[in-house]
Amino acid sequence: MPILRRRRPAHPPPQIDGPSTSSAASDEKEKPSVPMARKPRWNCLDSCCWIIGCVCSLWWILLFLYNAMPASFPQYVTEAITGPLPDPPGVKLRKEGLSALHPVVFVPGIVTGGLELWEGHQCADGLFRKRLWGGTFGEVYKRPLCWVEHMSLDNETGLDPPGVRVRPVTGLVAADYFAPGYFVWAVLIANLARIGYEEKTMYMAAYDWRLSFQNTEVRDQTLSSIKSNIELMVETNGGKKVVVIPHSMGVLYFLHFMKWVEAPAPMGGGGGSDWCQKHIKAVMNIGGPFLGVPKAVTGLFSAEAKDVAVARAIAPGVLDSDFLGLQTLRHVMRMTRTWDSTMSMIPKGGDTIWGGLDWSPEECYSCISKRKRSNDSIVSQDVKVENANHQPNITNYGRIISFGKDVAEVPSAQIEMIDFRDAVKGNNLAHSNGSCGDVWTEYHEVGWGGVQAVSDYKVYTAGSILDLLRFVAPKMMQRGSAHFSYGIADNLDDPKYKHYKYWSNPLETKLPNAPDMEIYSMYGVGILTERAYVYKRSPSSECYIPFQIDTSADGGHEGYMCAKGWRGKTRFNPSGIKTYIREYDHAPPANLLEGRGTQSGAHVDIMGNFALIEDIIRVAAGATGEDLGGDQVHSDILKWSEKINLQL
Amino acid sequence: MLRRRKPEKKPEAETSVPVAVTPTPAAVSVPAAATRPARWSCVDTCCWFIGWICFSWWVLLFLYHAAPASLTQQVTEAISGPMPDPPGALLRKEGVTARHPVVFVPGIVTGGLELWEGRPCAEGLFRKRLWGGTFGEVYKRPSCWLEHMSLDNETGLDPPGIRIRAVSGLVAADYFAAGYFVWAVLIANLAHIGYEEKTMYMASYDWRLSFQNTEVRDQTLSRIKSNIELMVATNGGKKAVVIPHSMGVLYFLHFMKWVEAPAPMGGGGGSDWCARHIKAVMNIGGPLLGVPKAIAGLFSAEAKDVAVAREKAPGVLDSDFFGLQTLPHIMRLSRTWDSTMSMIPKGGDTIWGGLDWSPEEGYDCSDKKKSENVPHTSEEFRVGVDDIHISNVNYGRIISFGKDVAEAPSSNIKRINFRDAVTGNNFAHSNNSCHDVWTEYHEMGREGIQAVADYKSYTTSDVLDLLHFVAPKMMKRGGAHFSYGIADDLDDPKYKHYKYWSNPLETKLPNAPDMEIYALYGVGIPTERAYVYKLAQPAECYIPFQIDITADGGSKNSCLKDGVYNVNGDETVPVLSAGFMSAKAWRGKTRFNPTGIKQYIREYNHAPPANFLEGRGTQSGAHVDIMGNFALIEDILRVAAGATGEELGGDRVYSDIFTWSKKIDLQL
Repeated sequence: MPILRRRRPAHPPPQIDGPSTSSAASDEKEKPSVPMARKPRWNCLDSCCWIIGCVCSLWWILLFLYNAMPASFPQYVTEAITGPLPDPPGVKLRKEGLSALHPVVFVPGIVTGGLELWEGHQCADGLFRKRLWGGTFGEVYKRPLCWVEHMSLDNETGLDPPGVRVRPVTGLVAADYFAPGYFVWAVLIANLARIGYEEKTMYMAAYDWRLSFQNTEVRDQTLSSIKSNIELMVETNGGKKVVVIPHSMGVLYFLHFMKWVEAPAPMGGGGGSDWCQKHIKAVMNIGGPFLGVPKAVTGLFSAEAKDVAVARAIAPGVLDSDFLGLQTLRHVMRMTRTWDSTMSMIPKGGDTIWGGLDWSPEECYSCISKRKRSNDSIVSQDVKVENANHQPNITNYGRIISFGKDVAEVPSAQIEMIDFRDAVKGNNLAHSNGSCGDVWTEYHEVGWGGVQAVSDYKVYTAGSILDLLRFVAPKMMQRGSAHFSYGIADNLDDPKYKHYKYWSNPLETKLPNAPDMEIYSMYGVGILTERAYVYKRSPSSECYIPFQIDTSADGGHEGYMCAKGWRGKTRFNPSGIKTYIREYDHAPPANLLEGRGTQSGAHVDIMGNFALIEDIIRVAAGATGEDLGGDQVHSDILKWSEKINLQL
Repeated sequence: MLRRRKPEKKPEAETSVPVAVTPTPAAVSVPAAATRPARWSCVDTCCWFIGWICFSWWVLLFLYHAAPASLTQQVTEAISGPMPDPPGALLRKEGVTARHPVVFVPGIVTGGLELWEGRPCAEGLFRKRLWGGTFGEVYKRPSCWLEHMSLDNETGLDPPGIRIRAVSGLVAADYFAAGYFVWAVLIANLAHIGYEEKTMYMASYDWRLSFQNTEVRDQTLSRIKSNIELMVATNGGKKAVVIPHSMGVLYFLHFMKWVEAPAPMGGGGGSDWCARHIKAVMNIGGPLLGVPKAIAGLFSAEAKDVAVAREKAPGVLDSDFFGLQTLPHIMRLSRTWDSTMSMIPKGGDTIWGGLDWSPEEGYDCSDKKKSENVPHTSEEFRVGVDDIHISNVNYGRIISFGKDVAEAPSSNIKRINFRDAVTGNNFAHSNNSCHDVWTEYHEMGREGIQAVADYKSYTTSDVLDLLHFVAPKMMKRGGAHFSYGIADDLDDPKYKHYKYWSNPLETKLPNAPDMEIYALYGVGIPTERAYVYKLAQPAECYIPFQIDITADGGSKNSCLKDGVYNVNGDETVPVLSAGFMSAKAWRGKTRFNPTGIKQYIREYNHAPPANFLEGRGTQSGAHVDIMGNFALIEDILRVAAGATGEELGGDRVYSDIFTWSKKIDLQL
């Protein structure tokens, strides 16, 4: 369009030429119905067509050129700009002579695994065996309500609602890419393939990450299938034990698996007490939330995390209220609260681990020092949240939820806490609200009194948060309590710990009796991570979630178990399984061409971190933790761990 | 369209007087455009046209997406009447639900293969399908594709530096190419009655390898064993229903022997493994005794379709079209695939007939016409219209050189034995330009080729010698993995070797009296059974033998068409091969079936789709399309839900399989 207009002054004569222009006008008057007469009048539609045509043909030509050029061309361009790319670790190690030795098992985390539809309601017609989760997420936009309906689980049982079967995708495709172009395991798989791995020696232990861990066995027999596949791989590879690589929640899932497989048959897998010793060489946990993540709390409490909260501040109308009648957040909350697995990541160990009102293991941590290193523009938004240069010492990380920033920062003596536990839950707010009927959140049953009581308690530590969640979401927590536990065991030999609900809590289980096994804790550091939240009560509207986040902060508990809880022979690790901590300092990608970077420390992007991949490949090819160089620590994890007073 | 307006422009311009042209907002906004028509060039027209098409395309696309998903179905129903409910939905209403876990064993060609390691030319194809899917790479980089799809000529395994592996999971063979279903319809119907991935397992394997090599290289057999055991264990001990298709039938036969054989060569599952884990084996279109098509494929890299295509466009496939030399390349490729040799006809003259007799003799190629009175039939059906004498087709002569030889009484044929002929090398090595198109014919020399043609007529047993003669390297590889004879004494210890496991005439069925074996196959389609060959015109790099397209029965209902003698079958597998074992050799307690495993034959008479909208039809009997046959799917669903063969109604036969089986003189 701009091109066309600019030409106008350049050609005045034809415009002044009266007859031709006027002819057009008169033509139109005389014969409006005859299309031929419109010829000289190049109307809007024609120019539109013309432009579209131009764009289309240009696009085709470019597409053709793109397809015709050699496949290595983009790489060539990148190299010309950024200098030669380093060899991917697989290629490098292959040159060193490494080759496939131990079979590997991937255990994907929450959210990253694909889910597909096997049976659905009328509205999901035509989606049989199509991905509802993962892939393009096209259905979320096309039929959002239908999608939410199918992705939700039953509120009572935590299993399928009647008439709906959504099942995990199996095979390596389950989690190699989360969405097109967004890799999760694909880079690692490609690098392993370089040294000779293929599908018979790689197994993706895909499971339905919405279910509680034991329910994956009850409904899909997933744990049995993992057991059988590991046994098969060990057997067909000449008895070489497997290297297991769980990521994110997969770490907890595999912890659960290791207990399950050795437990006797009706509840467990009946593999015998030496199953892990016989079948597992190493467990290489990537970014494992062993002790839970604070993010899980906010997710359950108010269906928002940092990113959502920021988005909400920017565009208040979209997520909050009745935009297109969608009530997005409430729907999301309703859906996620039916997913038992989210409860596996509620912080465990209470105040002992996470800190109380006045102390936390990470206190004195300076967020400013991070800023110096990360002055690149691509660092995630969160850094800017923390921009205010406040004195680092006063951060009370122990207060995971505070109502109001002032409350978060004052000494504990000055906070007046009014116990909410006995508060009467009125029902004056829920049932008056018929229009919210389909958007079920338990907040409607809490009532005004309850909401007020919650905010009056002002500050919540990891211990009291459990009570808080039980107060605001009793049904969910009731389901969860059958599957998860968040305490610290006093006596691990207590027979009650034979129940499966303790299996995914490292503080309430012993590691298997497998002295030759190794456990690695691999995670990124150097990125600000959510650790505690400042909340406020949201203004009441028709159907609403009464709490909202104000800001966020930082921390990291991924290393604790390997740094202290399991190090040496402790009561949690009776056979002295060796533990190694491998931290990877975050360095954002140098430029846009590098994509998500080869030195990232972010939770998911770390799967493309070359140093991490190299470590994994070396172990898979037979190296031990000592061969890798033992611990590699950048953070203060060892110091922080010292401060945690846990009986070992 | 636009150009036509040009002549009209001038008169109009003259007649119209400049009226007060008030510059409307619209006119102001596009005045620049108004200047353009003066130079409305060809490029502009093109752009306009393309833009218009794009735009309407988008509108249509938008409408398509906005339309309810059931619209296409409604349209179809409006035209062709209401569609029948798919069998899954029907049976679900009856209360049939998932019970036994099912195992699919795909056949040759239908399973996807993907690249795990390749040469530089295959960069960017890591974990992409080389076989199946869109086949895009075949066009983009054909020689690279050929190089990667070939196996090593000596070992029958991967060439160095290349790893092509079978896709795993249900996606391996649900669709062969986009929109061309293989197992997808069956899977969808099973899902209707409650099946899901934990109760369905696709036993995909690299179909290019010989069966035992899939275990050697990929441990595929161990994998299948472990998965069946897992499914039986997690389904409360319900035994599996196995559904092999095409070559998968032979593969699973091999598996059943392997799994019970002791450990180093077999799976060490113990002699009652099948009895404990398998409820039924439902063979779909199984070439249990091989297919004549395999001979044509190995001998001259062609089948009926290729031969016909060659006649229509002689230049394309034959010689140096684009320098590709397609057929020799295909031959070289497919001769490195050991699995093709598993389908060479087995049992020799005893089963397939000799020079003067064959079990199917007297088959009337025209009588099929009566049963099908729908206008839209496939080409082969129009073969027979007028009645003619038919009984003298010598199906036993699988390859004849010349039509006269095929029809003459055996006493009139002078055969000169080729077996001692000297394979000269006077013509191979002089031909350096062919060296990358490896076919063993170049080592045979003129004398060898002539000797082959002089033998004139080959029965099934002769064909084996012929293949040994023309492709010694390939047959040597194959000889270690497959056998084509009939066992005199099944207890001979030599039959413990794996090369006999996929030949039903040289193995016993497992010791599993509760198991059932079904033979499900289509009938009513002319199927290749014997060929008329000729010598090809010598060219630079060529395959010296060709199917003689000109050989035709003359009349419309002759069994001879385009150089191929047809018989009843499913377009690929003749009835004899698919049905004989279940009809006779395994029926009751025989030496091949010592525990008397029950046999059921279920034939599905072919009915082509009534109209275009039905796609590949719901009553097809064709080799692959039968996977969408509603009657077959219903049978499978019922068995998977617990029914026995008796409850299905026992045998259901349209062809003459029992009569033909009777004529075969096999010691039982």
